Amino acid sequence: MAQRLLNHRAFGLLVIALIIAVAPLFFPSTFYYRMGTAIFIAALAAVGLNVLMGLAGQVSLGHAGFYGIGAYAVAVGPATFDIAPWAAIFIGIALAAAVAYLVGRPILKLRGHYLAVATLGFGILVSMVLTNEGTWTGGPDGMGVKRLVLFGYVLKDRAAWYWASAAVLLVGAVVAVNLIESPTGRALRALHDSEVAAAVNGIDVARYKLVAFVISACYASLAGSLAALSDAFITPASAGFLKSIELVTMVVLGGMGSVIGSIIGAAFLESLPQLLARMQEIEHVLLGLIIMLVMIFMRDGLFPTLARRFRRAAP
Amino acid sequence: MTLLAVDNIAIQFGGVKAVDDLSFAVEKGQIFSIIGPNGAGKTTLFNMISGIYRPSRGRVTLEGTDVTGLPPHLLARRGLSRTFQNLQIFYRMTALENVMVGCHLQERRSVLAHLLALPSVKRQNAESRDRAHALLTRVGLSADAEKDAGNLSYGALKRLEIARALASDPKLLLLDEPAAGCNHVETEEIDALIQTIAQDGVTVALVEHDMKLVMKISHRILVLDYGRKLAEGSAQEVRQNPDVIRAYLGSQASVGAAHAGT
Repeated sequence: MAQRLLNHRAFGLLVIALIIAVAPLFFPSTFYYRMGTAIFIAALAAVGLNVLMGLAGQVSLGHAGFYGIGAYAVAVGPATFDIAPWAAIFIGIALAAAVAYLVGRPILKLRGHYLAVATLGFGILVSMVLTNEGTWTGGPDGMGVKRLVLFGYVLKDRAAWYWASAAVLLVGAVVAVNLIESPTGRALRALHDSEVAAAVNGIDVARYKLVAFVISACYASLAGSLAALSDAFITPASAGFLKSIELVTMVVLGGMGSVIGSIIGAAFLESLPQLLARMQEIEHVLLGLIIMLVMIFMRDGLFPTLARRFRRAAP
Repeated sequence: MTLLAVDNIAIQFGGVKAVDDLSFAVEKGQIFSIIGPNGAGKTTLFNMISGIYRPSRGRVTLEGTDVTGLPPHLLARRGLSRTFQNLQIFYRMTALENVMVGCHLQERRSVLAHLLALPSVKRQNAESRDRAHALLTRVGLSADAEKDAGNLSYGALKRLEIARALASDPKLLLLDEPAAGCNHVETEEIDALIQTIAQDGVTVALVEHDMKLVMKISHRILVLDYGRKLAEGSAQEVRQNPDVIRAYLGSQASVGAAHAGT
């Protein structure tokens, strides 16, 4: 029984929803709402990137570029074009999807390291545009973002953002789980293991890689929009190379191919620096060391490894 | 009726002519076997027919339509499916899911419906699962359905590939050494399986080293040597062809002696 429950992905999401619902009872200050929001938004982007990396097995080192497109859509849209922030979120997603389609078509023909470098170039390109188009984006100093208004209610309160971002994350996670268990999900997992076998079974490999790339770009854009709206401020650095690396680390650390793993990876990477903050000088050393140890001793990532051990312990 | 026709096909890798000016035709409902020494160009030929390599010359015709150079996924839509000599298994999926991938072309492929898990997708998944279960039973792997493919034995994986290839409901099935590395019992099982596949109306093209298997089940045999046709005909004709005996089995040997040891 316990095993069947564990195998069911929906069960894992239910546990995560429960943790999210109960956690605020133990928050000593409103700061933790803010941290929760940051975790959920990062997790949303990681869940999306996992579709590309974990399912389809294609690496992207430039996903912060799509994150930046979403963030600046809700910043520039309302400020320059007087678009409502909620509408700007969707414009951002559409824009990210269109860019992913146009960029993905040529570069997804590349494999392995070549694809990594091409996506890296894309990420740097977006970050340079955001930095240099100062008249619209405020340049490297960043810009303020208008508050999101939903049904006459201004989303500003830290607790409100905690619940809102948690809801979006859970919906995003359910959608990703749906995908894994669908014909498209099987096609993506198949081409991950053997492109040639996928192709002879009728799978249009190039098309499905592009589908995964566009889906993951939509997630990143939505996450970027939420981050900009919840902070009410955005800088090009938040869409830079380091952000791309963070997202990749979350997916790999949590466990490639696992939706719950991506969420755990995001929570781990977002909260660890806070926990280590007391160590001051050695904070970054410890952070790096912990990541290395996890990868050495839990090569499949946090969630798959722990789930397997738990399953063995409780048959 | 001719299902597959290969006309004057050729391919070179660097200066090496792996297949040179080869022509043959496969009739519907036949088991058509291709034999030849290692390096004769058998797998290369399969790779050209299934769209993985593009021939540098010649033509491949499927049901009267020129399909030369079509990519594999479009050939699959025209009813061509295959297995691989060096296994190409989806190791991170269960045996059942491997076969469900083979159902891809029968499935409706609306990504939006998949993301939202519409009721039609659940029905679709159930249909594919039933179909995959039936095929696993057919190849004798029903007990292994929920196992990760990576945990199956070599012989089981060979049969898993056949089940997956059948899932697309092919008209022409290319089997690349389905019995290689299998023991005597497994070979007999695969032998019986191939015959039932052909009885169901699927045309089978077979590359195989096990001479006993080939001689027993083939309607027609093509012998390759250095990328060229050495002989073609029934098992009886090929067995008695002096060129075949000389090139394939050594000048003093006979086919009977060759498989006496196996």
